[in-house]
Amino acid sequence: MSESEYSKSGSLRRRFFTQAGGGVALLALAPGVRLAELAIAASDDEPVSDKHRWGLWVDTSRCVDGCDKCVSACNEEHGLSGMDRPETDAQWIRKVDLQDEVTGRELSLPLMCQHCEEPPCVDVCPTGASFRREDGIVLVDKHICIGCRYCMMACPFHARAFIHEELSGQKTHSPRGKGVVESCTLCVHRVDEGRTPACVEACSNAGNDALVFGDLKDEEGRLALILDENEGVELRSDLELNTAVRYSEV
Amino acid sequence: MRRTAGKRLARGWIAGLLLGAATLCIPGVLFSDVAKPQIPSARGEQCVEPVEIMRRDHFDFMKHDRDTTVHEGVRSIKHSLAGCIDCHASRDTGGQFISINAEGQFCQTCHTYAAVKIDCFTCHAAVPATKVSQSP
Repeated sequence: MSESEYSKSGSLRRRFFTQAGGGVALLALAPGVRLAELAIAASDDEPVSDKHRWGLWVDTSRCVDGCDKCVSACNEEHGLSGMDRPETDAQWIRKVDLQDEVTGRELSLPLMCQHCEEPPCVDVCPTGASFRREDGIVLVDKHICIGCRYCMMACPFHARAFIHEELSGQKTHSPRGKGVVESCTLCVHRVDEGRTPACVEACSNAGNDALVFGDLKDEEGRLALILDENEGVELRSDLELNTAVRYSEV
Repeated sequence: MRRTAGKRLARGWIAGLLLGAATLCIPGVLFSDVAKPQIPSARGEQCVEPVEIMRRDHFDFMKHDRDTTVHEGVRSIKHSLAGCIDCHASRDTGGQFISINAEGQFCQTCHTYAAVKIDCFTCHAAVPATKVSQSP
């Protein structure tokens, strides 16, 4: 039975390529149509591809000191109920306050998984549980994770958390439990539905608009246009990880 | 002479084997005190596969499709754990959903009978998503 399932997915892939070919033909017929739009319109039974690379823009000048709407939205979305133990509670996103020692300039910014193109967590994972999806989202396959926590040590952003205790009341779209590592998924369940991550939505609803979600590969998309006009600082750029989360004026 | 002795020995062996096999079968038939699982009824008309196939292969289906979803982002899969729960979770007298892995519920009742420990629900939600539970 599993044999036929595999062959079914094989034919699915062939169908996908045929459809992609049809897209190119259409492009030739109608010069105004962009391939990116065709790809977005594709149905959701096709595997994600590297046509997109999802990313975030963090405008630190709009991020309000003391506001933690993004953090609470993330906690709510993924059911990250704390055990009231700040040392070990899961934080998929945290607010970090920075101060320049020389100028005294203060900065407040959200910090989460940076969804690197060259993720150190994936490099060190002994089981293949840490992986990077074709569209650039870095995830943990919790079915494969053995909880060794090498990735937590390797991550320069301290973005990952380990679950030490048994959990209950998890959300259907966000399974999580004792003994495995987890981190920001860029709200992959929302992205697959064509929605934006919960933190971005919350920031926008609060009127701050400090977070912008988009496709780094869409040259005419909002994210790419912002990065054309702004520098788009990579945290720990010395490590050359090519992060998908970019900041202004850090 | 030798051949007859050989035949006798063979007959002895066969009789012994038959007796042994019969003895092994007896407790299963006569003294079984393990009740067959009472499976709670499900919503919906038809499962995603015929019942006999699901009983035998549901874990293979789910494992294959979970990899497709987690790694390739394909969400329109046929065999999802959330799909099982949507149809097979029961409600208590107050109308609240009961965890599908609670004693006597759909997943647990068979796994208790088969003595198979499942750890799906250490991470996965054991009741339908809120959207579903709001509908009557």
